[in-house]
Amino acid sequence: MFDFLDSGQYDVLGAFWVTVQLTLYSAVGSLIWGTILAGMRVSPVPLMRAFGTAYVDIVRNTPLTVIIIGCSLGLNQTLGISLGGGTFKEIGFRLAVLGFIAYTGTFVCEALRSGINTVPVGQAEAARALGLSFFQVLTLIVLPQAFRAVIAPLTNVLIALTKNTTVAAAIGVAEAALLMKEMIENEPQALFAVFGIFALGFVLLTLPTGLLLGWVAKRVAVKR
Amino acid sequence: MSSVLYDTPGPKARARNWIYTAAFLVVFGLAAWWVLAIMAENHQLDADKWSPFLTDGEIWTTFLLPGLGETLKAGLIAMVIALPLGAILGMGRLSDHRWVRIPVGAWVEFFRAIPVLMLMLFGSALYVRFSAVSSELRPLYAVVTGLVLYNSAVIAEIVVAGIRSLPQGQTDAAKAIGMRKGQIMVDVLIPQAVTAMLPALVSQLVVILKDTAIGGAVLGLGELLSMNRQISANYSNTIATLVVIALLYIVVNFMLTTLASWIEGRLRRSKKGTGAVVAGDVAEVDAGGAAGVGEAP
Repeated sequence: MFDFLDSGQYDVLGAFWVTVQLTLYSAVGSLIWGTILAGMRVSPVPLMRAFGTAYVDIVRNTPLTVIIIGCSLGLNQTLGISLGGGTFKEIGFRLAVLGFIAYTGTFVCEALRSGINTVPVGQAEAARALGLSFFQVLTLIVLPQAFRAVIAPLTNVLIALTKNTTVAAAIGVAEAALLMKEMIENEPQALFAVFGIFALGFVLLTLPTGLLLGWVAKRVAVKR
Repeated sequence: MSSVLYDTPGPKARARNWIYTAAFLVVFGLAAWWVLAIMAENHQLDADKWSPFLTDGEIWTTFLLPGLGETLKAGLIAMVIALPLGAILGMGRLSDHRWVRIPVGAWVEFFRAIPVLMLMLFGSALYVRFSAVSSELRPLYAVVTGLVLYNSAVIAEIVVAGIRSLPQGQTDAAKAIGMRKGQIMVDVLIPQAVTAMLPALVSQLVVILKDTAIGGAVLGLGELLSMNRQISANYSNTIATLVVIALLYIVVNFMLTTLASWIEGRLRRSKKGTGAVVAGDVAEVDAGGAAGVGEAP
């Protein structure tokens, strides 16, 4: 039943490694971009708040597939942006990461914003009474607590991102979903085995992430 | 305006805010100018790339509107099937019998963990091998199958959360007047849970509509996004087409999101309901998906 795996024709582990890399780069990028967006959305400057709100509303309501295809067809093929050049494979990978960051950043931003709301008003008031500026209040008092409060929602975002990376198959990035598509086409007799392998792969990727970060979330939560 | 993080600005803070505003405008303007310059260089801003959407009715009647129709069709079919299925799975998860609870729980957890794109591919292959579905209809079947498998599992979680959000007193009171388990579920808990879940369910519809785009890109379903290929083949205006398509998605989804938060607002104010609202965070993000209303995903 699994003999098609022995032919060495399919690099399942390699495909999942691409999935993991896509996830990690996009996770780090969207954490940074999402934090910047959240900072904008709570800032005292109305124009920045408006930009943050508009960006989040627009991007969240656009299908991820449209964004990823837009990165490939629009940015790369029409405008010739290749994010540093290299082979077709490298360019596709970087474009996909860019798309994931643009999309996932909005969810990180919304999670963080809800975390900021969990910080008691008194703390920010006390910090201001000490003479801290907005930026100091945000980075020294509010965000450190907000981050600890939102590890659980951020875990959901991370798990969703892991599953979302399959959309990169639409622009030919050689990750798990693309290999699965190829294997289903070439080995139709082993359909259930192929699906089982890839399903298991994703369960193995997402389950430990959820458990580990769930444990971390409980440990670091600010007890009030 | 004042908030947790800053006081109502005085003269000094106002001046500083003006400086920040100006700095932001400069950065934003530079970025916009850079993007527009690249687009102009590649002739993407030329009037003939954009004008067909205003002047040429055919682009709408032949491509965009049928595409949007297909998107809505696939989304609504998936929702109509996933909703009752999700309700049954959700009730199964809350069952008193372990032989029901455990397999249903495993089913739900499994299908929540698999990317919806893989479920669509799997569904498509299933129809190729085990059914006589014609190749024109197969993409729709496959997309709906993938969406139903994934979203019924997510809806099951929403249902569980909805029923758990009800006060325990409801069940106790129903038991006290001698109702049976099934009656309590059907007559007391579900009707109230449905109102509490409504916002989360409406935002799940956004997720489903967005996910149909995967079917367009991977399985060749003739939905809105897939029209990009045909329109740019005729008018060679990839970027303009993608922008218009994205705008259409945004408008439809924005209306649904607004509807969801309107319902949520009504529920919170309503005296009849329990006032419980199932937050969007159970309706977690997914392949191409959005989270619930307003708050965190």
